[in-house]
Amino acid sequence: MHDSTPALEIHDLTVAYHKKPVLWGIDLEVPRGKLIGIIGPNGAGKSTLIKAVMGLVPISSGWVKVFGQPFKKSMQRIGYVPQRESVDWDFPVSVMDVVLMGRYGRLGLIKRPTKEDREVARACLEKVYMLPFANRQISNLSGGQQQRVFLARALAQESDLYFMDEPFSGVDAATESAIITLLHELRERGKTMLVVHHDLPTAREYFDMLILLNMRLVAFGPTSEVFTNELLQTTYGGRLTILSDVAEAVKEQRIL
Amino acid sequence: MTSARREHPEHGSGLSAAISARANYHTIAALRRLAHCAILLLSILTATSAHAAKVSDISKTNLGEQALRFFTLQDPSLRYALLGSILLGITCGVLGSFIVVRKMALVGDALSHAVLPGVALGFLWGQTKDPFAIFIGATIAGLIGTTAVGLIKQTTRLKEDAALGLVLASFFAVGICLVTMIQRLPTGNKSGIDKFLFGQAAAISAGDVRLIAIVAVLSVAAITLFYKECLVSSFDVGFARAAGLPTRLIHHGIMLLLAFAIVVALQAVGVVLVSAMLITPAAAAYLLTDRMHWMLVLAAVFGMISGVLGAFLSFLGNNLPTGPFMVLAASAVFVSAFLFGPRHGVLVRWWKHRSRADRIGRENALKSIYRVLEERDFHGDGVSLRELAQLRRESIEEARAESVELKRHALVSTHEEGNMLFFTPTGWQRACEIVRNHRLWELYLTNAVQFAPDHVHEDADKIEHVLGTETVRELERRLQFAKRDPHGRLIPGLDDIYPGNLVRRA
Repeated sequence: MHDSTPALEIHDLTVAYHKKPVLWGIDLEVPRGKLIGIIGPNGAGKSTLIKAVMGLVPISSGWVKVFGQPFKKSMQRIGYVPQRESVDWDFPVSVMDVVLMGRYGRLGLIKRPTKEDREVARACLEKVYMLPFANRQISNLSGGQQQRVFLARALAQESDLYFMDEPFSGVDAATESAIITLLHELRERGKTMLVVHHDLPTAREYFDMLILLNMRLVAFGPTSEVFTNELLQTTYGGRLTILSDVAEAVKEQRIL
Repeated sequence: MTSARREHPEHGSGLSAAISARANYHTIAALRRLAHCAILLLSILTATSAHAAKVSDISKTNLGEQALRFFTLQDPSLRYALLGSILLGITCGVLGSFIVVRKMALVGDALSHAVLPGVALGFLWGQTKDPFAIFIGATIAGLIGTTAVGLIKQTTRLKEDAALGLVLASFFAVGICLVTMIQRLPTGNKSGIDKFLFGQAAAISAGDVRLIAIVAVLSVAAITLFYKECLVSSFDVGFARAAGLPTRLIHHGIMLLLAFAIVVALQAVGVVLVSAMLITPAAAAYLLTDRMHWMLVLAAVFGMISGVLGAFLSFLGNNLPTGPFMVLAASAVFVSAFLFGPRHGVLVRWWKHRSRADRIGRENALKSIYRVLEERDFHGDGVSLRELAQLRRESIEEARAESVELKRHALVSTHEEGNMLFFTPTGWQRACEIVRNHRLWELYLTNAVQFAPDHVHEDADKIEHVLGTETVRELERRLQFAKRDPHGRLIPGLDDIYPGNLVRRA
């Protein structure tokens, strides 16, 4: 349609967890077809940012548009890789079952996955080299394998915009390079990806653009421009005691 | 029924113990349930013996007759009881499976106790045991209870377990007070309200069965139709919501069905134990399978079996409370799954452990024989029991027992009345592999991980038995096909595996 509309537009977004603000007034306009890293210290609100965009945590103020439309209308165009620790890996499902879940959003209520859905799921497993494990129960997988299953599930969503929460955390080197190859391939196909990442040295080499975040947006731009000592200092070193103090006060006095 | 009550005063004492047990909820729920069962079991046992002592000529023919009556389905009330129990078993199994995987077992327990005041009020409303009034009352009480839990969680610092415990105990206490009040009413004695505590399948009426059937059909239909939605929102609720599925609606739907199931199950299973019927069959199924749809099927079957067995045993014992028997049957199924499950069962695990230990024992003996040969530079093929025992610092008898084991697995052949041992080709191959694994690992630890040479032996003694072929190839590559271990001994290579090479090497 309109190729110029940004993949994601965030305007003056404020988010509070249990009445305590964790993100303040975020403004972002994310172009299409880029691989974007979200970096910042612990508690900077990296996960919260992508969860808020997807409507998983309530927004206190501001708005979000995905491909020029409210999130609710473009859910089918969004893929999600949650943190690996967020689920119970003893759950009685096979690898194939999990990847098929990527198709559920498209299927709509009641309808069962079809043969084609299974084909898509199989192809996605193949891409992350997990096809031989399709019938395994998920608890028998290593951390890297679990992460690749989650990635395959997101691929099965066949989306245009992907949110990934720490896909590189706790994975082996082989998985890390497999994931990064896959992300580059997705970018070639015009997909946009926002990836929460916590490792600075690799952030520089992996991503086209970076979002530097610490409760508020510190900087957003091409990696070469924003990966500077000064900006990183502001993101990581610069103490934000005032912001966190005020957040505490807001929580106590129940303003939000 | 009234006379039955008077004959079993123990029920009352069991009950008061159960009530006082409420107070300590905050500890572990499982413990409490165990105590429940023990108290109930005791009271039932003493009740039956007292009963038998009074009617001294209760005989086998009487039991036989009862069993016959059960299986020929002569009594209409029995037919209702049986049908009701079967449908309940299925409902509880199917819903219980999702309760277990969603980690909501305690919620089920709290909910089942919280409905008691509603049951009593529903009864007071019509002054009779009108299933519909009781259903409405219990559902409302359940909803209030769940809301209270939510409120406590949101507005205080208390976590879910404490909130559940609080609501469970206080609602149950109110319920018990109301039930006692009703029993004191002029009509109270004939009411059968006391049957709601421990369940009485025989008291299930046509109206009850109708309600049970409606809930069963509703639950099975909902879970079948929305299986995929229930599955994904139970496994990964964040992902399900991001994919646009109505996770809140699903959660509330499951909770509502759960409340319905508990309410209709009250008559048969009783308030105290109904949550066990939800959890136990599902837990047994969880131990037996790795796939959700099989878990649902198995749990439904287990629930059904437990329901029928419970109704049957209660009928045999002259209408003893049904709930405890159903739960006992379900627990028996669980214990069997725990012990004999083909994949996660205790027995299978024990057996695997045993055979692994045996294999390690054999491999260690093979290694020792190899070492004896190595120490005399592979002169002569035979190793005597004495030499083996000396190297292993053990008695001749122990060495003999090992040699018998090795012979049984065709790893060695014995000569001179079992005193001399010779490797078979397989035995030699296996011995070489173990020694190679051991020495490669020692070398790897000293070279790559930089352990001190005297630290590596014990470690290698364990690792040598678990190294797979792939790993060994990788180790060989990394160590550049080294020939000697850190202690300077030769590492047997692939070309040593055949006995012909033994001579050449010597």
